[in-house]
Amino acid sequence: MNAALFSDPVVAEKLISGIRRMAEGRGIMRIMEVCGTHTMEIGRLGLRSLLPRGIELISGPGCPVCVTPGAIIDAAAELSLRRGITVLSFGDMVRVPGDRMSLAQARAKGGSVEVAASPLDVVTRAEADPGRDYVFVAVGFETTIPSTARAVTLAREKGLRNAKFLVCHRMVPPALDALIADASIGIAGFMLPGHVSAIIGERPYARLSENNIPGAITGFEPLDIIAGIHAIVDMIVHGKPAVWNMYPRVVKPGGNPRARELIDAVFRPGDALWRGIGVIPRSGLFLRKEFDGLDAAQHYGLSIDDHAMPAGCSCGEVLRGKIRPDQCPLFSGACTPEHPEGPCMVSSEGSCAAYFRYGG
Amino acid sequence: MCLAVPAKVTAINGPVAEVDVLGNRTSADISVIENVRVGDYVLIHAGLAIQKYDEAEALETLALFRELAEAMDE
Repeated sequence: MNAALFSDPVVAEKLISGIRRMAEGRGIMRIMEVCGTHTMEIGRLGLRSLLPRGIELISGPGCPVCVTPGAIIDAAAELSLRRGITVLSFGDMVRVPGDRMSLAQARAKGGSVEVAASPLDVVTRAEADPGRDYVFVAVGFETTIPSTARAVTLAREKGLRNAKFLVCHRMVPPALDALIADASIGIAGFMLPGHVSAIIGERPYARLSENNIPGAITGFEPLDIIAGIHAIVDMIVHGKPAVWNMYPRVVKPGGNPRARELIDAVFRPGDALWRGIGVIPRSGLFLRKEFDGLDAAQHYGLSIDDHAMPAGCSCGEVLRGKIRPDQCPLFSGACTPEHPEGPCMVSSEGSCAAYFRYGG
Repeated sequence: MCLAVPAKVTAINGPVAEVDVLGNRTSADISVIENVRVGDYVLIHAGLAIQKYDEAEALETLALFRELAEAMDE
């Protein structure tokens, strides 16, 4: 399959002029995307400057690293400093400040922190080196959760006593429900995350239609994103809110049932804290009882309490789409990618990092 | 972080497949994908194939996008 076909500039231009025509004479339409990959791609394409003024593309809590509580990062950092423990983390996470320190700072103090591309790496590492504990910092949305679930079941099948998981997975639909409930944000439509939807399918978005908010499940090539916006504007303008699947080459109506069964077998849902946002009911996943032995928080007796964000940091408002990154008082002055204050500037997919790099 | 890349399956050994991602050979766990065959495209994220990539649907979507573009180009 040739991905270049999905970046055809002639088709892109025509779709954009179609969006312009539909939006003409209408008020403000705030469209929120909730996927860091969309955030970066919209910035890279310079889409905001190509769209009519009435269409505001805002970024929601689409960066898993940005919403991971500082206390989880502190716990991981503390573990890395204990003798005989290596912490494995996605690369994006390493520089994100915890409430007390980042994994990078722990490493500088002699902590054992390594970057892993997959939760499955913890199984390989633990198996090869039985004298050492390996702890995977399991963050991510539904796209990533099956991979952790698979690693957990493999670790158990192999009877590995030295593989552990510090679980901080979060689910997208409960966050959307919370955003819908907050009328002050005024979201007119959602660009829904394509790869999260590859797992969960279309049904979990039913609440959008109940609230008359259109959504388009959107892929990641330039035409996917432009056609996604086109679909949302079309539904708003014609007053026919629904959830359209614009990414059927990857997203099936029921998602991936095998992956969902695996997630259900390993995790149970529960209320969970999103950094800067607060607790969202039933938005987190926790290891089921039968996997207690693999749970790092239990095994090492970690107490994980959340604390405040750095003073002046507005990541919470940014993550809820209440302000644009450049409206934060710290943006590009006290907070830059080189010297970040908040998580939205650290992660390469954070909305502040995207604004800093591409100018919105 | 939810980036996933299409990869072509070149060999299957139980729950693990050898795959080709834009010319780079690597392996991926395929345990949550039904009926994978050599030659299929799958989407890989964090070491796991999360879904098949449906080429027929890709062409249909492309046709739809072009149709939408032309419809607006009065």
